[in-house]
Amino acid sequence: MTTMTDPPRESFRLSMLINDTRYRSMTFQAIALFSLIVAIAYLANNLLTNLAAQGLNIAYDFLGDPAGYDINQRLIEYDSQSSNARAAVVGILNTLLVAFLACFMATVFGVIAGVLRLSKNWLVSKLMAFYVEIFRNIPVLIWIIIIFTIMTAVMPAPRAFRGDEPEATMLFGAFAFTNRGVYIPAPVWGPGSMVVVLTFLASIAGVIGYRRYATNLLYATGKLLPMGWPSLAIFFVPTILVYLIMGRPIGLEYPELGGFNFRGGIQIGAPLIALWFALSIYTGAFIAENVRAGIQSVSKGQTEAASALGLRPNRVMNLVVLPQALRVIIPPLISQYLNITKNSSLAIAVGYADITATLGGITLNQTGRAIECVLLLMLFYLTISLSISGIMNVYNKSVALKER
Amino acid sequence: MTKSVLLGALTVAGLAAGAAAAGTLDDVKTRGTLNCGVTTGLVGFAAPDANGEWNGFDVSVCRAVAAAVLGDPNAVEFVPTTGKTRFTALASGEIDMLARNTTWTFSRDVDLKFTFVGVNYYDGQGFMVPKALGVSSAKDLDGATVCIQTGTTTELNLADFFRANNISYEPVPIETNAEGQQQYLAGACDTYTTDASGLAATRATFENPGDHVLLPEIISKEPLGPLVRHGDDEWADVVRWTLNALITAEELGVTSANVSEMATSSGNPEVKRLLGTEGTLGEMLGLDADWAQRAIATQGNYGEIFAKNIGEETPIALARGLNAQWTNGGLIYSPPFR
Repeated sequence: MTTMTDPPRESFRLSMLINDTRYRSMTFQAIALFSLIVAIAYLANNLLTNLAAQGLNIAYDFLGDPAGYDINQRLIEYDSQSSNARAAVVGILNTLLVAFLACFMATVFGVIAGVLRLSKNWLVSKLMAFYVEIFRNIPVLIWIIIIFTIMTAVMPAPRAFRGDEPEATMLFGAFAFTNRGVYIPAPVWGPGSMVVVLTFLASIAGVIGYRRYATNLLYATGKLLPMGWPSLAIFFVPTILVYLIMGRPIGLEYPELGGFNFRGGIQIGAPLIALWFALSIYTGAFIAENVRAGIQSVSKGQTEAASALGLRPNRVMNLVVLPQALRVIIPPLISQYLNITKNSSLAIAVGYADITATLGGITLNQTGRAIECVLLLMLFYLTISLSISGIMNVYNKSVALKER
Repeated sequence: MTKSVLLGALTVAGLAAGAAAAGTLDDVKTRGTLNCGVTTGLVGFAAPDANGEWNGFDVSVCRAVAAAVLGDPNAVEFVPTTGKTRFTALASGEIDMLARNTTWTFSRDVDLKFTFVGVNYYDGQGFMVPKALGVSSAKDLDGATVCIQTGTTTELNLADFFRANNISYEPVPIETNAEGQQQYLAGACDTYTTDASGLAATRATFENPGDHVLLPEIISKEPLGPLVRHGDDEWADVVRWTLNALITAEELGVTSANVSEMATSSGNPEVKRLLGTEGTLGEMLGLDADWAQRAIATQGNYGEIFAKNIGEETPIALARGLNAQWTNGGLIYSPPFR
């Protein structure tokens, strides 16, 4: 590059835009930007002209109108007379629910499979290689449909639980596995239950406090306090004591066969389970590869040095290898989380009412407001993806190599 | 390129322009095939047979239009559409007409800007349940799980019906009839609801149709008919009068067997006008004189189409009921050919 030696100033000539390497790239970028703007303007203009020609306009009034349809899974109050906007919110919450559950589960699957794939046990490592290759090389939509079909075809229908000699029975009298979903007992909050909940929250804080204290003590004095059983004790004992003292304020409502379905308890619908499981196991395969790459990126000398200090193998992994591997694992993990969130829009394939199914499906169809609904959908997914990416970047900064 | 953009504008937009210029009729003639939107498969109404040939009640309407316009009932490109994709497909110009047991409603006609050219089947929404469930009325369905095709009028009727009767239900939204059938048979839903004709057609494909009953309640009016885009009245006329020709043919006793004979020997002036041996009706439509003759000769009249695809002799076994000619106490009525 000649720029280092402060060249004699030449007067600017137009031909330099093409011939001079200093300006050429800017010229092409300007041309590209200009054509992009023209293309977008053309498309937008085309859209508006055609809408006007059809006598249509972009309006969001329909969001306030009654939706008119029902949704099977809702985290907030909703009925067919609620507005389209509320139906969209129900969908948003459902999307966030399945995305959160699947991100969590995929991380668990991924970390386990990634670590095990490096196992010295031939069978274990080959099994994990098999899992990774099978699951990430078949499209996630197929997995969603396969899992859902297996669920509906293999699990018994609620009517199989009926009669004196039922074909199917509930597990412990509390859990019912049907092809419409899994029914589990629901907690019933009696008077005084808040005290129990507060105690529980306080004991969680207590566990964190104790562990922090133990770590500080270890670093300060080298005295090693036991971690395992005190944590468990702080976690369980106070809550159980308060629960008994308050006279068992929290009861359980068991699902019972009533009418056509099970009633009472909490229903985890088959579509949610299928979607959740499919997304986690599919993305888990990708995360497993990220984890494996991360672990392998930590030089072997680190492991050997840690072993030489007398650390046990699981401590070598937890204290030496994984913290360093995280720096490599986190950035691709962000994009896997984004993938889960975006892939959750395949929910409609199994009838799960996410935002694409409510706002982008039924509302779009019943109101015919395609452009408005799709714009809102794009805005939603963009917002949620950027937020996830923002949060994960903050976390990434906290584990990144801190140069001193 | 006036109508080619609705959803497409957001994706490929202007690139796909130039499609539906002035007249759909001219486009179809130039192209040499008719693009007709049908269901993804509903036996009796529109479904491919073992040889991949589309057959059915709605398919016959497409074929009749193709016979009238292009002279060949096989010059049809069938585009399978779901409840969700059908209107976008029609609005974007991907299909020239939609014959997909679609209910004629105010908002579809006015707000979505489609022209329903007539009614070829008067239907209503019903419920199908397994006999073993022991339900005899839709009002006993409190708490039931209901399979429902999403994006249809039935979805809204269902919500209204249960609300009006103050009973609860749990919807299971599904995309296509085949999916609904599978879910229903697996017991993932207690009852399947759609137009009564569709239920009968679905039941006919079951292994043991006798194990399932249709409940007596019909909870809505569902006039089903072919539709085209707003704003091309010439094309709408072609489709409308092809359908009317099939209906009028039955009323006047013109069948696929005797149509050529009737064209020459009939003394009835309306038959002659219909079949083009008198007057210039075909020319007014922008077609030749034999247009209706070809439609009837290849597909049969309305009654023949009904009997062949969904009538009592078929596994679907639908009675004419409301769909009898007006002269027999039904609602099927064509304006005169004059």
